[in-house]
Amino acid sequence: MPIVTPFIDLTAVAPEIVLSVFACLLLFASVCMKNHGAAANTWLAITGVIVAGWYAFCPVTAHSAFTGMYEADKFAQIFKIIILLGTGLTILISSKYSEDEKINHGEYYALLLFATVGMLLMVASSDMITLFLGLELLSICLYVLAGYTRTRAESNEAALKYFLLGGFAAGFLLYGMAMIYGSTGHTDLAGIGKAVSHGAFNKMYLTVGAIMLLVGLGFKLAAVPFHQWTPDVYQGSPIPITAFMSAGPKAAVLAALIRVYEGSVSYMHVDWLAWLGVLAVMTMTVGNVAALVQNDVKRMLAFSSISHAGYAMVGLAAANKQGIASVIIYMLVYTLMNIAAFGVLALVARKNEQRTKMQDFAGFAYSNPFLAIAMTILAFSLAGIPPMAGFMAKFYVFMSAMQAGLYWLVVAAVINSAIGIYYYLRFTVSMYMREPEEKLPPVTASPALLIAIVVSLIGVLVIGVVPADYLDMAGRAILSF
Amino acid sequence: MEVPLNHYLILSGVLFAIGVVGVVTRRNAIIIYMCIELMLNAVNLTLIAFSSYLGDMGGQIFTFMVMTVAAAEAAVGLAIIIALFRTRRTVDVDDVNLLKG
Repeated sequence: MPIVTPFIDLTAVAPEIVLSVFACLLLFASVCMKNHGAAANTWLAITGVIVAGWYAFCPVTAHSAFTGMYEADKFAQIFKIIILLGTGLTILISSKYSEDEKINHGEYYALLLFATVGMLLMVASSDMITLFLGLELLSICLYVLAGYTRTRAESNEAALKYFLLGGFAAGFLLYGMAMIYGSTGHTDLAGIGKAVSHGAFNKMYLTVGAIMLLVGLGFKLAAVPFHQWTPDVYQGSPIPITAFMSAGPKAAVLAALIRVYEGSVSYMHVDWLAWLGVLAVMTMTVGNVAALVQNDVKRMLAFSSISHAGYAMVGLAAANKQGIASVIIYMLVYTLMNIAAFGVLALVARKNEQRTKMQDFAGFAYSNPFLAIAMTILAFSLAGIPPMAGFMAKFYVFMSAMQAGLYWLVVAAVINSAIGIYYYLRFTVSMYMREPEEKLPPVTASPALLIAIVVSLIGVLVIGVVPADYLDMAGRAILSF
Repeated sequence: MEVPLNHYLILSGVLFAIGVVGVVTRRNAIIIYMCIELMLNAVNLTLIAFSSYLGDMGGQIFTFMVMTVAAAEAAVGLAIIIALFRTRRTVDVDDVNLLKG
């Protein structure tokens, strides 16, 4: 019997390959240079992200790889750019933090890059196996990164909680995938879609499978009621890692949810979208209400990130073309504004993250006027106040839900935005109108952090003022899908 | 005599349920982790049963991937538990409660 060698063309996976090569280079470099190359690590990692971004941005000749298990379409491309942007900003805000905390090793950046590879695989996966592998590559790197400051008890605790609950959720995710496979006989999403639309599936298995898959993905997205791990893990992890976890992985999971629930199993006679709408309302409400009572800024931002996942899910529930485009815009804007906000928090928190309370921001406007203004703009954008991009992002999401006729969802989302404004303003007030309790030497931002903040501010203001181009771009991305 | 598909599915469903109950009720981090592994192995059994029933290789390939990932997860997970034990001298999840709000 002749053995047929499949045609292998890896141009479609160029961004993933570039990132993996750079991650390995970082590991080599950290062995060769010992402690001398600490600053070089940051720039090597940044270079990797930029080169990968270039390959993700440029049109590639091949669209799929690994016999169709990986699909680099326009939809994947735009999510890849958002994710790489998140990783780039995370590396920039990490440089000073990791120096102060003495965790500026090559491994730290290598793990960030490997986690990014996992996310890129997820958004481009057209098969449940690739989706699972991407998700686990992401998760395993994040477990390590959450506990990276391993002498801090909080960081250990965050890593343990994330690992145990993440493994638990992965079990559900896999059982769901196994059930969907058993029901339709396919692991590839197109095959599942075809089997479902032709009625060639076992209804009970598919229902159980789709519910369990939703639990597994909902966990990673931190959707209520699968969010219990989020506040603790976000609070305990090193601040740049919290920033990283709050943006990129959410975008990757949303992309996966769109591919599975709006592609493959959408032909089933169960209204998945109504359920996603219910989850969205719960996620927004719990996130916002819990954020109201927090006195720790890091924990407040953790709850706020839960609520933002809820807003993005409104677009998912709308399920029209505009809804998917608005999810893309939302994740782009959220990545820009949230990571930089965490960057400023890392600076204020000082050594060992001792100062993350509301009152530690008191008087920040007088000691660091530029950073305080930047933080105010970011907080306003997170709250959704025009002309910042956060407003446009919310506006598009709500509009798409209106078009889909989901008025109850829009009402709930608008009420939630109003609640959200309160805690972002409370935090801003503390920067401008309160006296600091103790005199501390002013903090200075590193050049890398300033770059990250300036990039975010430009992005937030440009997308907020002239959003049309970005909406067009998102609209084009979903045409191929 | 051939064992019907349902028997495998019931067995794996029961194993999965034992794993879930273990994760929820046990308090030792290592035992919780063992229960998670039990859940993953229940999934492997489901995948292989379906694969054999459908006459499709996809499920068996999936199982290999799950086993590989579980091994990687074990390495990372045990390292995390050891790091925790070094700072806290306990692996009981009820004692791990610094973060609350």
